[in-house]
Amino acid sequence: MSTQPKNFGFGEDETMLRDSARKFFTDNCSADKLHGLVATDPDIHRSIDSVWDKDLWQQIVDLGWTAVCVPESAGGIGMPAVAAVALAEEAGRAAFPSPMLSTFNATFVLNNCQSEAASQALGEIASGKATTLAITDQAGSWDSLNTDVGVNSDGSLSGTAYFVQDAGKVEQLVVSAKSSAGIGLYLVDVQAAGVEMIADGIIDLTRDQAHVVFSNASATEMAAPGTGNEIIDKAMPAILSIVSADMVGAGEWLLQTTIEYAKTRVQFDRPLGFFQAVKHPLVNVMLDIDRSKSLAYNAACAYDTDPDNAMGFAHMAKSQAGEMAVFSSSRAVQFHGGIGFTWECYVHLFFKRQMHNQVLYGDAKYHRALLADKVMGAAA
Amino acid sequence: MSDAAKKDTPEQAEFRAYCQDWLADNHPGRPTVKIPQGALELSDPDALKWLKQWQKSAYDAGLIGCDYPKEVGGGGKTNCQAIANAEMQKAKTPYLPNIIGMGMAAPTVFFHAQDEVKAELLPSLLSGEHIWCQGFSEPGAGSDLANQQTFAERDGDNWVINGHKVWTSLAHFADWMILLCRTDKSDKYNGLSYFVVPIKSALGKGVTVRPLIKLTGETGFNEVLFEDFIVEDRYRLDEVGKGWAVAMTTLAHERGAGPLVTPSSGGMSLEEGESVSTSNAMSLVDLAKKQKRSGKTAADDAVIRDEIMKLMIRREAMSQNGRRAGVPSLVDHPMRIALQGKLVATELNQDMAELAYQIEGMASTLYVNDESAPAGGQWPLAYMNSFGVTIAAGANEVQRNILGERVLGLPKSK
Repeated sequence: MSTQPKNFGFGEDETMLRDSARKFFTDNCSADKLHGLVATDPDIHRSIDSVWDKDLWQQIVDLGWTAVCVPESAGGIGMPAVAAVALAEEAGRAAFPSPMLSTFNATFVLNNCQSEAASQALGEIASGKATTLAITDQAGSWDSLNTDVGVNSDGSLSGTAYFVQDAGKVEQLVVSAKSSAGIGLYLVDVQAAGVEMIADGIIDLTRDQAHVVFSNASATEMAAPGTGNEIIDKAMPAILSIVSADMVGAGEWLLQTTIEYAKTRVQFDRPLGFFQAVKHPLVNVMLDIDRSKSLAYNAACAYDTDPDNAMGFAHMAKSQAGEMAVFSSSRAVQFHGGIGFTWECYVHLFFKRQMHNQVLYGDAKYHRALLADKVMGAAA
Repeated sequence: MSDAAKKDTPEQAEFRAYCQDWLADNHPGRPTVKIPQGALELSDPDALKWLKQWQKSAYDAGLIGCDYPKEVGGGGKTNCQAIANAEMQKAKTPYLPNIIGMGMAAPTVFFHAQDEVKAELLPSLLSGEHIWCQGFSEPGAGSDLANQQTFAERDGDNWVINGHKVWTSLAHFADWMILLCRTDKSDKYNGLSYFVVPIKSALGKGVTVRPLIKLTGETGFNEVLFEDFIVEDRYRLDEVGKGWAVAMTTLAHERGAGPLVTPSSGGMSLEEGESVSTSNAMSLVDLAKKQKRSGKTAADDAVIRDEIMKLMIRREAMSQNGRRAGVPSLVDHPMRIALQGKLVATELNQDMAELAYQIEGMASTLYVNDESAPAGGQWPLAYMNSFGVTIAAGANEVQRNILGERVLGLPKSK
């Protein structure tokens, strides 16, 4: 029997926070402004760089959003994961380039470490230190046991972490690294000696990504060897909910923008939206978004109040959101017609963010396979 | 204690406990006759009789019509029907037979009839003593519902009705019908009026009910012919010419988007030991574990597993949408989730039944008249019957128009 509150734990405080975020992004990050910021160079062989508005990030820090899910004992506000999910949904609706989602994800991993060092790191996050996870190997595995980073006998790290999100925007990394006793978690300053950040050339213009090479890099232990993978697994339902919520917000922007176009663009003497070949798929996009949104809030609420069921619900949320991400962006490009296929139409910013999102932390099929193992048992 | 119980008002908490106690002592047990998959498939009078007894006992105990005022035969409670429904589902009770009466006729009568007509009709409707049917569809008025041709002509304090209704579920048992018809041929929408009419007492006296055979071979729905059928004016709901607005009350409740919660029970499996139900995707998992495929079970097949998970996710999303619809701050448009209900539920039901019969492989060719049919042949039957609900109550193509126009604000497709 579920123990979840009916309202997903989404009360007055969470509503106020979400409403202020919606206003903030509307005021500060219109699609027009975003395009002018990140899409100045369409050259397919352009140099790799990370473009973002650091002043806006500082305003977010000043608003206290990085402290939202840091426990009060560590100097944060101690709100539930649904609060971060609501912020992620609004950030997705704006395709906002920032280390916000990465910092939330790192927060939930550190929240589960229960060490004095982790508590201190969380305090720094609360006061605005952008942080990301470096927990993925070269194969892009999301299995928490897989890492290409090792712990040296002096406690320093060597090896490479791949597919590190927002790496060019953060000050510190939470790294999973292997030693003979298993996986541990370590905090590494990006400026430390022996840390080399090699930016990836990626499709999504609203993010940056890197592989990070560690050569005897000094590190602070957050979680002891042998405990790191379980800690990542415990945090994963919150992480998957947050990424899913980003897709929900981006999906809603794609839907509403396409609706506006379908109401105004006239062909055969009718606005496009008159035609059921356009209208009905847009309704299907809405159905997909609503499924995804409900499942994302459910998974986040389960992380907060029903941890035994949280991972199953998170598989559902990320799988559904992944399918929706593909569908919402494909219909947006298609229904914008010729203009939708151009660089000047803002749709491509969200289209590319959805392409990135749908594989981040595992695609739809991956999560359905894990869900099947959970509810049906492993296949013979 | 469940969390739902923790959020109950004192009245709801007391009522929930009462429902649980009553159901523990008064569950009707296994049916003594063969019961079809749903009330709309009822054709055996003995099956109807057994189900009417169940509805009557639940009504007498106060589990049906709880939120209606006492003057019209209700329980006079606030927001308690959903609690009775949940407890009946949990207790795995049989379904209620008078579903069109409770889901469509009762709220329409309640919001639009004169007070004495409410008091006359609602108690026997809620108790299930009188079965109701719906006279909306016509040969020329399906998805285009306002194209009604059945005509009611005024004659003093009476109306004289002539016309032809089709796809009328339960008409062969019905005592009463909700009837939409034309009273003015010069105006499509403002020329409609709405009546409640006693059809059983008029059989052979202006009313003829003939069965239509479904593609499954089952009966259950009918055509109804009116020839100079005389109805008293007091059975008109709301004003002459306001029929379309009254019909909107009916349709809103049919789509689960009306203010009154429809009494419902269910959860009892119809075949002993077999779980043939699209209310939970675990029934597909159970089925897949029993069926052989390529030398293993269907539950070991990666593609089958993926398809079952897709449906399980959609099923969970439907429940979570219902939960989110109750949290206004998480819903941008008030009708957005409510108007999806019929479309989403009927397509999920269809897709689950389709996957189930495919999991059965060659054995799915065996029908209910073959003793070797897995699960009594109920899965292929459920698949075929699933088209009834994707078509009825406004075909799902019309539902997509409604969502596109009313919720998304797209231009009207006409």
